[in-house]
Amino acid sequence: MIEHRPGFTLFCHVLLIASIVAMAFPLYIAFVASTHTAERMVEIPIPLLPGGELLDNYTTVLKHGVAGASTAPVGRMMFNSLVMALSIAIGKIAISILSAFAIVYFRFPLKTFFFWMIFITLMLPVEVRILPTYKVVADLGLLDTYGGLTIPLIASATATFLFRQFFLTIPDELMEAARIDGASALRFFWDVVLPLSKTNIAALFVILFIYGWNQYLWPLLVTTQEDMYTVVIGIKRMIPGGDASVDWNLVMATAMLALAPPALVVLLMQRWFVKGLVDTEK
Amino acid sequence: MEKRTQFPVGWLPYALVAPQLAITIVFFIWPAAQALWQSLLVQDAFGINTEFVWFENFQALFADELYLESFRVTALFSVLVATFALSIALVLAACCDHVLRGARAYQTLIIWPYAVAPAIAAVLWTFMFNPTIGILAYGLKGIGYDWNHLLNSGQAMTLVVISALFKQIPYNFLFFLAGLQSIPKSLIEAAAIDGAGPVKRFLTIAFPLLSPTSFFLLVVNLVYAFFDTFGIIDAATQGGPSRATTTLVYKVFRDGFVGLDLGGSAAQSVILMAIVISLTVVQFRYIERKVQY
Repeated sequence: MIEHRPGFTLFCHVLLIASIVAMAFPLYIAFVASTHTAERMVEIPIPLLPGGELLDNYTTVLKHGVAGASTAPVGRMMFNSLVMALSIAIGKIAISILSAFAIVYFRFPLKTFFFWMIFITLMLPVEVRILPTYKVVADLGLLDTYGGLTIPLIASATATFLFRQFFLTIPDELMEAARIDGASALRFFWDVVLPLSKTNIAALFVILFIYGWNQYLWPLLVTTQEDMYTVVIGIKRMIPGGDASVDWNLVMATAMLALAPPALVVLLMQRWFVKGLVDTEK
Repeated sequence: MEKRTQFPVGWLPYALVAPQLAITIVFFIWPAAQALWQSLLVQDAFGINTEFVWFENFQALFADELYLESFRVTALFSVLVATFALSIALVLAACCDHVLRGARAYQTLIIWPYAVAPAIAAVLWTFMFNPTIGILAYGLKGIGYDWNHLLNSGQAMTLVVISALFKQIPYNFLFFLAGLQSIPKSLIEAAAIDGAGPVKRFLTIAFPLLSPTSFFLLVVNLVYAFFDTFGIIDAATQGGPSRATTTLVYKVFRDGFVGLDLGGSAAQSVILMAIVISLTVVQFRYIERKVQY
């Protein structure tokens, strides 16, 4: 603080609090809705204070899903989302760190060519090649499998660049010392590079977990069986178009369950999250 | 840039890049090449006869009023999202940088929506604005304003923009805050001694110093609005009412999977690819410049 201006500081506080309230309001309304009965949710105006059905509603969706909407139990969908988020995060980190290691620590024919091929993936998000990618996955028999959900998404130029950038900052002396001591490339990777990369891996993991959990378009294309839905697309199937009756209390309970894991990851690992976000955009 | 010394080359480096390359070729480059090739073909309804037609698919697209309309929708949508997401985030970051007490708590409470999936954000906001039971629609009716985004295209656009902002404001906020915190305090103090108030200091010192960050965020926000908002559109409005929220990406999906128009959908994919490539090039040229500074 440079000078004392209580009025201006107060103004800033008010503005910040107002926007925090505005952002939290939909979350609060969804939470309140998830604690009432379906009957109460069609009376207007809808309740603004929590009701007593919290446990009932959450147990119902986790075990049985939402009646009427042909969806699997939300517990099952949460499991699918978890598998997807973890496989994408771990898979991306694993294949990126290996290829970055090869690109930084070896000089081999075609290296530049490979590097550019990886770079190109940055320019080809799923959204621009929806149909042909779907066809490849269908031809490989990967529809409605965890492999189909995750493998096409784990190639990542961003993660490879991040690791490459970081490896270039590791002092060359470490590698020379390792070689004098007779370490092979893999041993050097395992005993020196990997431990040094721990913070980068943690930061990347947080970002990629959120990325994987929140995928929408790809699971929508690849899954047709209800028990392979992820929770993010499952919830959309619970809201039929038009004025068909919707159990809003159960839909909102599902929404709370769908957003809780990534939100908790951000809150509990905020430091890694911020680092990951800033690093991956460099 | 390379390491001074390197490991002897054998089969190992190839094995290390193999998984990444295999996935890249099978799921990225091959499908993209397919899209390029199919965009030059016309297939009959049964998929039996295929004819090579050069650029007819593209000509048909640009003569198609519906496609041009989705271009306009996308442009309007991305300009709205980028403008509001950047300006609101900048004001919030400036406030958070100014206050001493509670800055950390404010940061936490502002960034959590980043973790919410776009589709879930759309579900939350659609529930708030639900014409029958939504609390905000109810409040608006109370002050004499009829809200029904299922019928009114302007309101539908407002709904998807708000849902998109929900995730993008926290993102921009973090980058602006980091930018503001990296401005040397001595600069600010010197200006304060010369009698500049907080607003004037922000406009003449912080704002110009933030311009690289702002430009970078502008590109990121445009990419986000173009490509990452499919879930929002699908969950909130399904592109309606009467295509008022059908963006380019949503249209590729509809034409390809619902309309089964292979050539047309592939041609749209190729146009989208061209857009991503140009945005990526802009972003990287700019980043190179930043490195030289």
